[in-house]
Amino acid sequence: MTWSRLAPVGVFFVLIVFLAIGLTRDPSVIPTEMIDREMPSFELTELRDESVLLSNQDLVGQVTLVNVFGSWCVACLQEHPTLMDLSRDGTVKIVGVNWRDDRQDALDWLTKHGDPYDAIVFDAESDLVIEIGVTGAPETFVLDASGRIRFKQIGPITPDVWRKVIRPVIDAIEQEATSAS
Amino acid sequence: MRRLVFAFVALLLCTAPIAAQDVTAPNEAEIDGRTETISKTLRCVVCQNQSIYDSNAPLAEDMRKLVKKRVEAGDSDDQVREYLRDRYGDYVLMSPPLQTNTILLWAGPAILILLGGFWFLLRLRGQPAAQKVDLTDEERARIATALNDKGGST
Repeated sequence: MTWSRLAPVGVFFVLIVFLAIGLTRDPSVIPTEMIDREMPSFELTELRDESVLLSNQDLVGQVTLVNVFGSWCVACLQEHPTLMDLSRDGTVKIVGVNWRDDRQDALDWLTKHGDPYDAIVFDAESDLVIEIGVTGAPETFVLDASGRIRFKQIGPITPDVWRKVIRPVIDAIEQEATSAS
Repeated sequence: MRRLVFAFVALLLCTAPIAAQDVTAPNEAEIDGRTETISKTLRCVVCQNQSIYDSNAPLAEDMRKLVKKRVEAGDSDDQVREYLRDRYGDYVLMSPPLQTNTILLWAGPAILILLGGFWFLLRLRGQPAAQKVDLTDEERARIATALNDKGGST
């Protein structure tokens, strides 16, 4: 008789274990669907010069970081020094996606904090951002030379994230390219 | 005969606008209605527990615009949902689809109810044996003698 008395406790315990596992997950981090897909085609203006059109073709040719940012984005400031360092050292091509911003606000923000971008796509209405499944800023995609998305970083690139996560991804892509040729 | 012709012409006159309405596909009210129903089934990716219809998040607003654009372009409700699911994954759907990794989620409540019912029945069956029966003094005496007899014979 005792086992049947304890059965609900057992079921309850199993449930608790599942819920506990659930608690360790961060619900704001949504796994991306975009890995190993081609960068979708788009055509948007360059932030600094409205007459220049940028497209997915501008992201082909070398390993590129595509960084989603906005002057309204607080966490973007956290990664900004890292991006500035990368751009100063010429480590990797960095293309910005200025998301849901006002052109002038964005330009002012870049004057104030520095401009690490080789090109900036001006995406005021989330056209590109929804195409690549962005959920927030900052988010950074790593593209290989053929323009394929290889990695997505959700949240700021701190020096630690750069060293431990993104640098190894870029190294692996480059190694792959040299061994293939 | 004249009345018949008149009736026929009248019929033509009243069907004409209806037919015209069908041909001009972008019916504003219908598009808005469908945008609303589709938006209610899509989850806002920044706020987790709201549909893009309920959410004030800027991204949700742009997603609503996108849904409307897709509807205007002639997509079916499912095609619109599939469009966003392709980019954001199952997460973007308000109700998770029934597939291998969600089977426990869907079947869980039913399994729990079954287990609970099973347990309850088991307990119910065990119950009478455990029930306390009040004996009269006469019955007690009979049991005592019976036990004594048994003890004596072995």
